[in-house]
Amino acid sequence: MKLQDIRVLVMRVGGTNCDAETQRAFQALGVQAETRHLNELIKQRNLLDYHALVFPGGFSYGDYVRSGAIFARMLSAKLGGELRAFIDQGRPILGICNGFQILVEEGLLPGFDGVSGYPEVSLANNIPQGFKCEWVYLKNLNRGKCVFTSKIPQGKVLRMPIAHGEGRFLLPKEKEEQLLQKLVDEDMVVLRYCNKNGSDADGKYPANPNGSFHDIAGICNREGNIFGLMPHPERAFYWWQQPDWTAQQFMPQFADGKLIFESILEHLTKKL
Amino acid sequence: MKYLAKIEVSLKPGHTDPEGNTTQHLLRELGYSVDAVNVSKAYSIQLEADGLREAKVKAEEMAKRLLANPTKDNYTISVEMQK
Repeated sequence: MKLQDIRVLVMRVGGTNCDAETQRAFQALGVQAETRHLNELIKQRNLLDYHALVFPGGFSYGDYVRSGAIFARMLSAKLGGELRAFIDQGRPILGICNGFQILVEEGLLPGFDGVSGYPEVSLANNIPQGFKCEWVYLKNLNRGKCVFTSKIPQGKVLRMPIAHGEGRFLLPKEKEEQLLQKLVDEDMVVLRYCNKNGSDADGKYPANPNGSFHDIAGICNREGNIFGLMPHPERAFYWWQQPDWTAQQFMPQFADGKLIFESILEHLTKKL
Repeated sequence: MKYLAKIEVSLKPGHTDPEGNTTQHLLRELGYSVDAVNVSKAYSIQLEADGLREAKVKAEEMAKRLLANPTKDNYTISVEMQK
């Protein structure tokens, strides 16, 4: 399929943010991208008109109950059938920040044995406590399963911003090591927080900004078509979005987040 | 019949509670000798049901489907008839 024929849906509700940046990032790469409210999708029943789906960042439904919990339940209650078909056809879904929280709450990630319908992991309150808005370094650990990082060499260090209060990735305590092994074995670990030189963050702040287990910043499902990450690639798309752009003599035109968008579009152009 | 369900969602033992720890720290700063603080969320839910048993089943469902994350949360439920 040609780039210009690809249709990407950015789904929003009240409290969503960065939907405009996400849409713009896709459009800048030459595909059709639209932002639609969940209610429009429920009314028009046209989710399957799109080739890829993105849940952007923000504070959907005010982060009430838990971040992403209400959006996730609304999705399964009102759009469950279409969403299931979308997933069964292997179409890609990206969750950024609050979007990641939604995918976890919906049980789409990690989906150890397929879609669970309930959260199998959690994105808990940050340690140290509080909302963190800062730039972090991430390392791509994926061995090739995740379709959103296919253009990023394994081991490459990326720089992107985070902005969240609930991003501490946790596995159930009683099965922590066993499930981590499963994540690694099935190639579901995608991004880990790291130091600037790529060395392990070892759970230490500030390289690991939220206390995530195993420094996990982003994971994909077993099939590799659903990917969630706490950092914001759409806020690291152009060079001028980076915090040190005034201090640099020269900067490449684009920043690291672009690679995520390019990867998924390359996958779609090849596959469709 | 109308019932009032009270559902309290709290962290499972062994999970760090950063909000509780921060609160404990501040209470100590204020001069209280506080050993630990655990934060939980309480929902008071007015609902319709055909009997206490059904009201309890519904409340249990609500906790499981939305209010608690089984990975990290415990919950307690009490249900009473409303006059």
